[in-house]
Amino acid sequence: MLEIKNVSFSVSENDGDKEILRDVSLTVPARKLLVITGPNGGGKSTLAKLIAGIERPTAGSIFFDGEDITDLNITERARAGIAFAFQHPVRFKGIRVLDLLRLATGKNASVAEACEMLSQVGLCAKEYINREVNDSLSGGELKRIEIATVIARGAKLSVFDEPEAGIDLWSFQNLIKVFRKMRNEIRDSSIIIISHQERILRIADEIVVLKDGRVDRRGTPDELFPNLCDAASVSAPCRMAEED
Amino acid sequence: MPELNQLQKKILEEVADLHKVPEGAYNIRSDSKSVGRRSTENIEIVPKTDVSGLDIRIRPGTKNESVHIPVILTESGLRETVYNDFYIGEGADVLIVAGCGIDNCGNQDSEHDGIHRFFVERGASVRYVEKHYGQGDGRGKRILNPVTEVTLADGASMEMEMVQIKGVDDTDRRTVAKLGAGAKLVVRERLMTHGEQRALSTYDVELNGKGATADVVSRSVAKDDSLQRFDAKITGNAECRGHTECDSIIMDRGRILAVPALEANDVDAALVHEAAIGKIAGAQLIKLMTLGLTEREAEEQIVNGFLS
Ligand SMILES: Nc1ncnc2c1ncn2[C@@H]1O[C@H](COP(=O)(O)OP(=O)(O)O)[C@@H](O)[C@H]1O
Ligand SMILES: [Mg+2]
Repeated sequence: MLEIKNVSFSVSENDGDKEILRDVSLTVPARKLLVITGPNGGGKSTLAKLIAGIERPTAGSIFFDGEDITDLNITERARAGIAFAFQHPVRFKGIRVLDLLRLATGKNASVAEACEMLSQVGLCAKEYINREVNDSLSGGELKRIEIATVIARGAKLSVFDEPEAGIDLWSFQNLIKVFRKMRNEIRDSSIIIISHQERILRIADEIVVLKDGRVDRRGTPDELFPNLCDAASVSAPCRMAEED
Repeated sequence: MPELNQLQKKILEEVADLHKVPEGAYNIRSDSKSVGRRSTENIEIVPKTDVSGLDIRIRPGTKNESVHIPVILTESGLRETVYNDFYIGEGADVLIVAGCGIDNCGNQDSEHDGIHRFFVERGASVRYVEKHYGQGDGRGKRILNPVTEVTLADGASMEMEMVQIKGVDDTDRRTVAKLGAGAKLVVRERLMTHGEQRALSTYDVELNGKGATADVVSRSVAKDDSLQRFDAKITGNAECRGHTECDSIIMDRGRILAVPALEANDVDAALVHEAAIGKIAGAQLIKLMTLGLTEREAEEQIVNGFLS
């Protein structure tokens, strides 16, 4: 489904180039859920942006369904079937939750359909459907709306960047259910979730640990879990897991 | 029952959301002539005798009634100044829909300057909606220079919705308001300019009585080579609260000048001004593009939402 081949990404800074991703190669087969984890600053969000076309790799290429999409822009990739839930969702003055869901589904979804999409992420639909996606929403509400818009697209490849961030415990339980359900009904699609949460890592078909811009380790949850918590590699998932 | 042609109907829809002759009191002015007028038991519309315009008198205590006074200009080169005075009696609660649409297919400028005065008596409340619209592909300009003067007696309130989204080449809008004790003014202005259009909007609000409040908010978008100026002044002469806000998006080579002014002449006057001008945030465009919209489509959605 998705193939990332020798992708590097660097940005120029005052004191020369800064390498954010170095020679990353990854494959996400159809019908699989891949979870990417690793310390903050490791390059996870950057990789997600490269997949969505928001950033372009400085080297390497990206294939989707066998087609080289490295030179496709954001819109073209979206239309090809890639959906992306931002780590930090965007606010819009004057655009309502309903409008955003309609834009996401590309059709004039009825209020009932939109409500269904929202209740999946634990939002009482009636209260939210006509709210503007602006500063009046809390971070957690915004995050859940962002997740709902991506689920609503029913894309071939859905990428979620830290969906758990800013979400309270009750909603988090719900979220796990949503991802489990997505995993179970995956059919011909694939899912990538960037996460620090043990419970999300546990439902992965494969886990990739991204660290200092490189693939540090990869494997199934059973293969990786015994060692995932040693301080040398990633501490974040374990710390978060203990908290909940 | 006036006979309206297709063009008149189209403009009525744009400026007053009217698909047929409105309920309640109305006057439809088309190319300087009244083509339909109705007074009701509580709302009297009388043409002025000295100048062009109307006296509109609303009886005290009138509730849930409306007045529509749309203006249509279709003759290229027509320039008119119209004086409308509204007297809103004590305790009344009414909707007033004004608005002007100009269709100019000719090469001469068309201009309508509406001078509106509102005398809102004690405890009365008015919702006022004014839409301006222009169309036609002639070289003649479509010009609208409205002047609105509002006098709110003690405890009176007025909510004004002013919209100019399309097709007006030049506008110089001036709004002056004087508020008594406990009076309340809310203004929601939405403005979009494109091409070489120019729009100036000036507010001068005096809060003269204890407990008066004013909230003047303008949202605007300046596209292409257009120019806007938002000039809002609130003067607090008593214990009062005033807030003005200018929230604008600039695109292309558009220019916007926001000129805030607050004057507090009483130690208990609390006045606030906010202004923000900037281009569409890149992240907003990117988000909508990840939903499959092109950059243009994304821009359009963001602008439409912003002005909705
Ligand atoms: N456009 C950019 N310019 C400069 N530095 C960037 C840019 N994008 C990301 N970075 C840096 O790259 C590193 C990886 O960031 P990110 O992909 O957000 O990591 P993660 O999501 O794993 O926390 C960080 O050090 C971040 O500051
Ligand atoms: Mg990140």
